[in-house]
Amino acid sequence: MIQHLPILQVIIPLLAAPICFILREAKLVRWFVLLANIMAFVVSIMLLQQVNVHGTLVYTLGGWEAPIGIEYRIDELNAYLLILVTSISTVTLMAAGSSLNKEMKESKQTYFYIAYMLCLTGLLGILATGDAFNVFVFLEISSLASYTMIAMGNDRRSLWASYQYLIMGTIGATFILIGIGLMYMMTGTLNMHDLAERLVEVEQTKTVFTAFAFFLVGVCLKLALFPLHLWLPNAYAYAPSIATVFLAATATKVAIYILLRFIFSVYGFEFSFSHLPLTEILVSLGLVGIIAASIVAIYQTNVKRLFAYSSVSQIGYMILGLGIGNKTGLTATLLHLFNHALMKSAIFLALAGVVYRIGNVNIKNFAGLGRQMPWTMAAIVIGGLSLIGVPLTVGFVSKWYLVLALLENGWWPIAVLVLVGSLLAIAYIWRIVEVAYFKAPLQNNQSHKEAPPAILIPAWIFVIANFYFGIDTSFTAGLSERTAELLFGVVK
Amino acid sequence: MNFLEQYNYWIVILLMMSGFYIVIAHGNLVKKLMGLTIFQTSVFILYISISKVIGGTAPILDDQYEVYTNPLPHVLILTAIVVGVATTALGLALAVRIKEAYGTVEEDVIQEKDLQQEGSTE
Amino acid sequence: MMEQELLMQWIIILPLLAIPGILLFHKQPNLREAITLIAGALLLVAVVAFYQGFDAGNAPYIHWWELMPGLDIAFRAEPLGVLFTLVAGSLWLVTSIYAIGYMRGHNEANQTRFYACFAVAISAVMGLAFADNLFTLFVFYEVLTLSTYPLVTHAGTDKARHGGRVYLSILLTTSILFLLFGIIGTWSVTDTLTFAEGGIFDDSVSPVVAGVLLVLFVFGIGKAAVMPFHRWLPAAMVAPTPVSALLHAVAVVKAGVFSILKVCVYVFGIDLLNELTITDWLLYVATASVLLASLVAMRQDNLKKRLAYSTVSQLGYITIGALLATQAGVLGGALHIVAHAFGKITLFFCAGAIMVAAHKTEISDMRGLGKTMPVTMIAFFIGSLSIIGLPPAMGMWSKWYLLMGTLEAEQWAVMIVLMISSLLNIAYLLPIPIRAFFDGKRSVVSINRGEIKEAPWPSLLALSITAIMTIVFFFWPQVFYGLAETLAGVAGGTNG
Repeated sequence: MIQHLPILQVIIPLLAAPICFILREAKLVRWFVLLANIMAFVVSIMLLQQVNVHGTLVYTLGGWEAPIGIEYRIDELNAYLLILVTSISTVTLMAAGSSLNKEMKESKQTYFYIAYMLCLTGLLGILATGDAFNVFVFLEISSLASYTMIAMGNDRRSLWASYQYLIMGTIGATFILIGIGLMYMMTGTLNMHDLAERLVEVEQTKTVFTAFAFFLVGVCLKLALFPLHLWLPNAYAYAPSIATVFLAATATKVAIYILLRFIFSVYGFEFSFSHLPLTEILVSLGLVGIIAASIVAIYQTNVKRLFAYSSVSQIGYMILGLGIGNKTGLTATLLHLFNHALMKSAIFLALAGVVYRIGNVNIKNFAGLGRQMPWTMAAIVIGGLSLIGVPLTVGFVSKWYLVLALLENGWWPIAVLVLVGSLLAIAYIWRIVEVAYFKAPLQNNQSHKEAPPAILIPAWIFVIANFYFGIDTSFTAGLSERTAELLFGVVK
Repeated sequence: MNFLEQYNYWIVILLMMSGFYIVIAHGNLVKKLMGLTIFQTSVFILYISISKVIGGTAPILDDQYEVYTNPLPHVLILTAIVVGVATTALGLALAVRIKEAYGTVEEDVIQEKDLQQEGSTE
Repeated sequence: MMEQELLMQWIIILPLLAIPGILLFHKQPNLREAITLIAGALLLVAVVAFYQGFDAGNAPYIHWWELMPGLDIAFRAEPLGVLFTLVAGSLWLVTSIYAIGYMRGHNEANQTRFYACFAVAISAVMGLAFADNLFTLFVFYEVLTLSTYPLVTHAGTDKARHGGRVYLSILLTTSILFLLFGIIGTWSVTDTLTFAEGGIFDDSVSPVVAGVLLVLFVFGIGKAAVMPFHRWLPAAMVAPTPVSALLHAVAVVKAGVFSILKVCVYVFGIDLLNELTITDWLLYVATASVLLASLVAMRQDNLKKRLAYSTVSQLGYITIGALLATQAGVLGGALHIVAHAFGKITLFFCAGAIMVAAHKTEISDMRGLGKTMPVTMIAFFIGSLSIIGLPPAMGMWSKWYLLMGTLEAEQWAVMIVLMISSLLNIAYLLPIPIRAFFDGKRSVVSINRGEIKEAPWPSLLALSITAIMTIVFFFWPQVFYGLAETLAGVAGGTNG
């Protein structure tokens, strides 16, 4: 049993999806899906324990040894992210029942849960696998499932958002496919571990550079790096609230994982940072993303869209940390992966509560909500403070590492710009605070009650996590640091 | 090394660019999906063509033959085709729903309607 | 010794403990206010007891937790911190008494939120005062900013929101862009953030880096309102008067200058400050800030605005004291924290009392007011004396030592400016009470002559207490002088 953990991690949600179809009844499905998620979560915890005890776990599918067979490889990096994804997906599902009841017909809910499970399967598969082509397949599984989820929003604009995402996402995935194909052409292998060894011999060929370039662009499309982020704001804004929570917290993070895995484990630090101007590209795009997306966020009237743009800017921070190319920077990126997931889950879940009571998230309707829905608004404000990077929240921890990393390289001006990004975050968070707390409610919005506990409790689990991991950083910072060391260790 | 020797790449590039162009240039959602399919197909051809070994036969185990075409890319592309079909199906389904919701499948009309909607609610 | 450590934590936590009570009794104002008062009284007892047991040689130290390796939330009592807690602790009680009169007299809304945020702010001040390292200081500094924001925007009007926006944006911008950056810079240079006697920079630090960091700290601590980052202070005057009184005359601004003093003494050390050429430039900026703010204050007709600019100017004195980098300067700066606190809070109390009783906010409307509000105006007079630095008010001592400091440092220009500024203080403060009493003929006050109409008694009581304290501390400044002297001793570095 224990040695099958890596595959169980992927198989559980994969099998759960068709079972949902058999169960049909949305009420039944809801509990079943939650159960499956909890199981996946438990598996991910056990995996991390195993990794801590035995080091990297290698699982060969069907007993076929790599490079002929497909292998799953779990090291600290993916064990860490597996926990992140499964835990967030589990807590999000706790709120799914009541939020979905409000937002879609019961007959549609089962399909939503199926898409949700398939999306989860895809994400976990990407994280677990050690095979490059497998990454593509799982990426497409999760993407197709997320297009479906987004299209299930109750505004017709969700269809259009989903369509745009589909076009852009497919182009991105195809680019990744080209990259993988060219790598295969040069090395004759698809196993990442094997690729890493064989790429060294052909490092200087144009084909390998081309492969890397295609791959990079494809992944950056998927992770919505500025200026390839165009699909994201609408997709997050019009998707069902639960889908937004799940996608915002996990999907882009997993895309960043792919980037990390290929830059560090497959191509190697030497190739990525010495032979290519990766630092310049990533740092400049990251910075522009941070500033530009934050400024756009300030002018949004749809609060979900506002936070979607904020996500684009936060992705900029992660890419920036990666681009710095030192260990502290990578630690900052890994920390921010985790921390940003916590912040955004708290915020978007609280917004799900607002949608539940008010029906939309136009900033006008937030007037007076500070009094009417104190707990919901407090969750948004605390999540927002964390986005800004106020001490004692998780946001501070990752920003601290990021600025430290920049100073290590002596890049003072960039560090200043990062802090300017925080200031812009204040601007967009404070627009909401002002409206919610210091404006009288609108005429037709006099009597809104607090969001139901089923949404509020999961949201507050994330809020508390925001504080907890902001105060006790030994788990996140420790693990990130070790992972960063591991990734850099591969180089030597 | 002459250009025609690598004609397979030229075909791939030609198809890829035309597909890409259609996706970008056409406002009709169904045509966009056609472009997307062409774009994907070009990559399939890339994979298949690089697996060809000159003088190789189909990969059937037999003493007679020693040189085989690499079968792995074919298998990979089978998977990729499935993915592509699924994507196209989903895309078409979305196009149908968009037609129902907006009454059109033209990009500019949809965007105009969205703008109007935003203007009226905000 | 253990008791002291326990007491120190109680001082930080005590105001927070009042919050559940305040929230619980939001429907029974009497009970709610009683809880605030009890907490205030207990806090006063605690800070006094702590002071009595305080021994600088054996300072209590508490380590709460480690956030990241090297980033600790830890507290250590030192003379300056104890001095600050004494001031803030005693004035919280007085302000609470005043607030009850003011808030009810004014029929303000959201009083529960008001008292709760007030308590958080006081707790933050206490944490800040005892901070053992820059990080802890920064955390409480930000908590203070955020918890006072709802107080500034209390009225909820567009004007209040605008004021709040200015307040928050300036304080957060400076703190994140400069202060946080300075802290991270310090960390990357020295690998430590813990305050130490004589500073934490060793000789290997280049003067350029140290100079840049000093600039970042002086401007980053926006709460000290060094020009050009002073705009938030007048903007914050939209707040109810008790807030302006305690927070924007005492707690928040003093947290700013306190931080500057602390950074100068315990991060840079007086010796290093003396070596840096940039110190002189910053000194001139602070001096200019003193002079300019005084000039601006003269032109204000709104009483609270005038007091606000006066505060900006007076804060400059303390910053100067820190940057003079002499023992007398530090001593004077520390004493001025106390003197200005008691003096300015009296003035603000008076301004609020006038607003509640006579509904006047403009100075030109206050002629002849002495007839109807004699107590208030006498208190105002005493407060003014303290700000100006005339006997018999405490302000005289601090200004005396600040001048001594300029002499020691041979900063003649600064000395002259300080004296001019004192003259300006006379010019913009004293006419108010004088006209109130002796300009009856041109009185614009339309209330019946001779009829006394003062503010509600709690407010009157509060402003009398602070006014009397100002005089008391002129005659018995030993408590604060002792602490300030210890601090100056710790600061070391005699130079003439």
